[in-house]
Amino acid sequence: MNLTGKHLIDPSNFSLDELNQIFTVAQDMEKNPIKYCDICKGKILATLFFEPSTRTRLSFESAMMRLGGNVLGFSDAASSSTKKGESVMDTVRVVSGYSDIMVMRHPREGAPKLSSSYSTVPLINGGDGGHQHPTQTLTDLLTIKNLRGNISNLKVALCGDLKYGRTVHSLIKTLARYPGMSFYLISPPQLQLPIYIKEQLKESYNIKIHELTNIEDCIEEIDILYMTRIQKERFFNEEDYLKLKNSYILTQDKIENAKQNLLIMHPLPRVNEISYEIDQDPRAVYFEQADYGVYVRMSLMAHLLGVL
Amino acid sequence: MLSVAGIEQGIVIDHINQGNGLKIIEKLGLGNVNFPVVLLTNVDSEKLDKKDIIKIENAFELDLTMLGLIDPNLTINIIQNGKTEKKYKLSTPTSVKGLFECQNPRCITNHDIYAEPTFTLIDAKQLKYKCDYCEDFTYYK
Repeated sequence: MNLTGKHLIDPSNFSLDELNQIFTVAQDMEKNPIKYCDICKGKILATLFFEPSTRTRLSFESAMMRLGGNVLGFSDAASSSTKKGESVMDTVRVVSGYSDIMVMRHPREGAPKLSSSYSTVPLINGGDGGHQHPTQTLTDLLTIKNLRGNISNLKVALCGDLKYGRTVHSLIKTLARYPGMSFYLISPPQLQLPIYIKEQLKESYNIKIHELTNIEDCIEEIDILYMTRIQKERFFNEEDYLKLKNSYILTQDKIENAKQNLLIMHPLPRVNEISYEIDQDPRAVYFEQADYGVYVRMSLMAHLLGVL
Repeated sequence: MLSVAGIEQGIVIDHINQGNGLKIIEKLGLGNVNFPVVLLTNVDSEKLDKKDIIKIENAFELDLTMLGLIDPNLTINIIQNGKTEKKYKLSTPTSVKGLFECQNPRCITNHDIYAEPTFTLIDAKQLKYKCDYCEDFTYYK
């Protein structure tokens, strides 16, 4: 299979075999970093971050540097020409000429998809509003694969802001493509998974979804607990945010009856939704998860650039 | 009874549900054109009891896709040399570009000049469309 020149806008752009290929190379990159340290020599990654980011941007930069390439870009819309009124599409057309591959984060949903029509180099969606975050999904899947051995027959609980949580949207749509998966959605009623995603999951994959309001109602059964932050930046008014911000806080007593091999995951950043005491629990894997993000992005870029 | 002459060349939109005629004139921008347009409203009809009719003379290059959204029961008649050359019904369009806005305020199509709202039909009865960019549902009203 050849992914050279492709864009990654939505995880469904890649087949499960293609995803598996990316994970296999990512695993090898972690084991044998020297083998890959020069494969992107002379290549330039452009990071177009119209919305703040720490992990995604730095992990992309780290990934390109570990492959021997260079990085240019901006990390805030205020320091780009969009501040002067330029359309993001004009920015993309211009930066296509300055780089070999691009990653874009944008607060508007669908901006990376639209931009990909104007880009002459592979464009990666680094998160668009409350819509999709495909490279976080690659990170999450590699984490599950590395720590559970395979991705199948798992009971997965997704907790927190399921309405605006783009990591959840990409993840559930992708996990649903693997065999034997079932899902527990835990959120306040105001932050439930959007109807368009539920309908798509039902029609395309006929999967089992249980909607709950308490973590305790499923904690004994689940294999993965995916926590998310209630995102202040997605609310149009502060009052609504304040009402919901402390809806779910994971504490040690809540996981007392959980399976010993449970994986507690989080895309980070965390604010207060996972108590710091949980960090010591061997089931908490969110920092390992962040590490895997670099290897999976190295593998992704190497595939899209056709340098393997 | 009021009588309006037939046209030699053009389009007759017939069997419009009573009251939708003005909406169609507005949506097709027919209030601001340089060819003759006639709107007949409250016309007796066997099928509909009352109906509206629009006659457009000397114009064929109109995008009529929108009409399937407003009134899927209407009939389009293409008139040439005073005779009906073609007669067809419109169905609800399965793919729509630039005809209405995405209801998701965070969608790029509401914020960038390059982004033309583009939708795929999900449910014809409810006029429910899925945005090709943000994937959220928009109901045409």
